Amino acid sequence: MILHTVNKSPFSHSLLEACLAIMGAKHSLLLLEDGVYGTLKTSPMAAALAERGRAGAIYALEADLRARGLTDTALLSCVKPIDYAGFVRLATEHSKVQSWF
Amino acid sequence: MHLCVNQRRIPVDKDGYLKQLDDWDPDVARYLAARENLSLSAAHWEIIELLREFYREFEVSPAMRALVKQTGKKLGAEKGRSIYLMQLFPPSPARVASKIAGLPRPTNCL
Amino acid sequence: MNPKKIMVINTHAPYGKATARESLDAVLAASAYDQDLSLLFLGDAVFQLLQQQDTAALEAKSLSTALPVLPLYDVTAIYAQQSALDARGLTRADLVLDVECLENHQITALMDSQDILLSF
Repeated sequence: MILHTVNKSPFSHSLLEACLAIMGAKHSLLLLEDGVYGTLKTSPMAAALAERGRAGAIYALEADLRARGLTDTALLSCVKPIDYAGFVRLATEHSKVQSWF
Repeated sequence: MHLCVNQRRIPVDKDGYLKQLDDWDPDVARYLAARENLSLSAAHWEIIELLREFYREFEVSPAMRALVKQTGKKLGAEKGRSIYLMQLFPPSPARVASKIAGLPRPTNCL
Repeated sequence: MNPKKIMVINTHAPYGKATARESLDAVLAASAYDQDLSLLFLGDAVFQLLQQQDTAALEAKSLSTALPVLPLYDVTAIYAQQSALDARGLTRADLVLDVECLENHQITALMDSQDILLSF
């Protein structure tokens, strides 16, 4: 099982798109740093992310969401905010990590 | 740090590898070999030339595996063996021979 | 001990940061340990494979000069993302190495089959 991490905004980078193109059905995705802008309903990747979110877990680091003033109402419903402990748990639950940076 | 060969000051790194590929000449090679307690025979020189050609082609100082493979390719299977290179450039042929050939330290040689 | 399946995954173009060269150095170093090593080029990283990269004016070493050394290190499992090549108007004939071009679903499967992924 692979955990993908993306740390750049989809408004200015294509990393999230590149990641989604490769992500398998059982893989998980964690958005962190500027990657959390990908959780916005207005993101260019919002439709693709929502589609992918139906199959399984998409996470965003809560501290990075808060720091950027991103509030729940603006976020895609498929995104689960997690804290640092959740981040660690995710990393241990997956045998491999692919970072898109 | 510097070497002094034929009145030339030649910059080297802390492990004695030349900083500039172009500073090398056969006298420098003999000097570097003497510091490794080696006196260079024809068998040594063909490996040194092979290494310099390798570096010109790839800009990489070969680690042991690549050196053995390239030696086999260029000089025949008899010489493309670690034992052969070990006898010529003990105790670590990739490092010792690269140094004498004036190449940078093999970065990928652990 | 069974060899591990280790895949080095490149996602960056060659000279904007040092990652491409660092990746190559990691591959060359890892090759000494007789593991099952492979190399994958995704997205802009396929630009690392272009022929005739003349880096003299950058005072950097050229990737197109160094990458052909890989077979001498017995690194022969080298893959490129077909969709990335297509998007950039490149074909295998433009590349400095003989790579296997893979569709995205094949890449997913290949990554799933690895023990270790190293992202560069």
